[in-house]
Amino acid sequence: MRRGLRTVAFYCGLAAFTLFSVFPGIWMVLTVFKRNTDLYSIAANPFWFHPGPTVRHLLFLFTGTHFLRFALNSLLIGACVVPITLLLSVPAAYALARLTGRWGERSGMVLFLVYLIPPTLLFLPMYQVVTFLGLANTLWALVLVYPTITVPFCTWLLLGFFKSIPRDLDEAAMIDGCSRFEAFRRAVLPLALPGIGACVVFAFSLQLSDYIYAATFVTATGAMPVSVGVPTELIRGDVFFWQGLMAADAIVAIPLMLAYGLLFERLVSGFQSAETAAAGS
Amino acid sequence: MNEEAGASGPPARAGLADDERRLGWLMLGPALLYIGGFVGVPFVLAVLLSFSDATVGDPHIHRLVGLVNYRRAIAQPQFWTALGNSLWITFLTLLALAVLATALSELLARPFRLKRLVQTLIILPWAMPVSLAAVAWLWLLDSTFSPLDWLFRRIHLLGPGGWFGPGLHFYYLGRTGLAIASIVTVNVWRMLPLATLIVLAGRMSIPRELFDQAQIDGAGFFRVLLRISIPALMPVLTVALLFAALMVFGDMATVALLTRGGPGTATQVLPYWAFLQGINGGDLSGGAAVALFMLPVLAGVAIAALRLAYRSQQS
Repeated sequence: MRRGLRTVAFYCGLAAFTLFSVFPGIWMVLTVFKRNTDLYSIAANPFWFHPGPTVRHLLFLFTGTHFLRFALNSLLIGACVVPITLLLSVPAAYALARLTGRWGERSGMVLFLVYLIPPTLLFLPMYQVVTFLGLANTLWALVLVYPTITVPFCTWLLLGFFKSIPRDLDEAAMIDGCSRFEAFRRAVLPLALPGIGACVVFAFSLQLSDYIYAATFVTATGAMPVSVGVPTELIRGDVFFWQGLMAADAIVAIPLMLAYGLLFERLVSGFQSAETAAAGS
Repeated sequence: MNEEAGASGPPARAGLADDERRLGWLMLGPALLYIGGFVGVPFVLAVLLSFSDATVGDPHIHRLVGLVNYRRAIAQPQFWTALGNSLWITFLTLLALAVLATALSELLARPFRLKRLVQTLIILPWAMPVSLAAVAWLWLLDSTFSPLDWLFRRIHLLGPGGWFGPGLHFYYLGRTGLAIASIVTVNVWRMLPLATLIVLAGRMSIPRELFDQAQIDGAGFFRVLLRISIPALMPVLTVALLFAALMVFGDMATVALLTRGGPGTATQVLPYWAFLQGINGGDLSGGAAVALFMLPVLAGVAIAALRLAYRSQQS
């Protein structure tokens, strides 16, 4: 009896959390397919369609707005930022895990403390730097700046992954005649691939999520990423294109959600090793 | 460790250790330089800017004017509203997150059917860019067409004869208290996946034997939670809350899109106030001064983080 009650409580709790997380998502997807007369009716049940659903607003998003441009911009920025992040943080994390002494550890600490300075404190001078470099109003400004957000986080995450790989592995490879760098490349890197996968997803979603840099640096529609372009173009003064806004949101969020869902267990084990590494070092 | 090998080993080993150290710096260097250049330089500039008279029209720092910008910042009542709201919203968000992330990770630590699906759905808020998430909530909390209002009317909590009076709407974003609560809700909703991931990782690291032993001793669910889980989770919970604190305190997109600081300036927060002054108002130096008021709070968080790291090194 007690056991049964606990099972019921367990599933109720789980259902409540799931509902809390997805409710705005459900409302979002329903909205996409609503007709205007249906959308702006107080009396009608908002969780159903009267009259039936329409794809007109979804099509409008692609044909009547610059959404495709924004999405391409975001993908392009991501395609630049993710490799830059990996190139910087993978070697740095390995060096912090294996190679550097006391000073290395201290500079590693500096790298993480940088994470404590939010973009909202840096955006005004960053705007000057970007203007000085002649990059204002281009998406290259964002490519240049986003690694400051992604590199500290990814280095922290990867540090855990590298520390969870036994040192014996590099040393065995070095006894076999590899140099330290080759040992890193051939023996350690393949084992860190799940961690690198997690970094790719995190770096991509961190850059996608930025609002303040994009809102500050870019005012030309053609160079805007999704996070700023969609609200700027689909909210015109007091007129909100709700179906279009929700469609854009769903199109961006659902693929990322699936990627995170696939990686969930790995992310947990990655954080696990990052935490034990932080506690054990 | 390398130093020891160099000191005690034969010369050949010392050469190897030196090589390793050089390689170490070679691998760490680019990241340090990049971050140092693109965070360090702007940070110094931010301080200089806050002491200057630069504007968007003339963004160069010609001369330093001392504390003028700071004095002007604290003379505005909106500044104090913004500072208070920033602290209050961050505090409430962390409080709710601490409870909810612990509870959710406790649930997700067990096996159950459809676990993958639930995990995927629960991470949805984290997959949305902040600005788009804020827009989604803006529509969910719409003053006239909110489906929540409709639900409340259906169960007769709202509307004629309802608990909450005869009005048909809550106007979530139109009343100060409810607007702050809405912002906190959106923050909690958005940060819960990351906080849960971090806490869950810590939860999975607690040795099984501890739970088994407690079960043998006949300890109930809440006893196990209070005596074993929560003490063991304190360090990871702190890490999760630190991340959340930084992201919430430094975020302006939620407020910018959800309430635009309104009604009036009742939900203004520091980052958005700095943005409005610096970019929209064209007063770069004034905006920089407002933004720098975030620094003491962030420094406090940084010290907490360092002490935590230090303590875990000691134990």
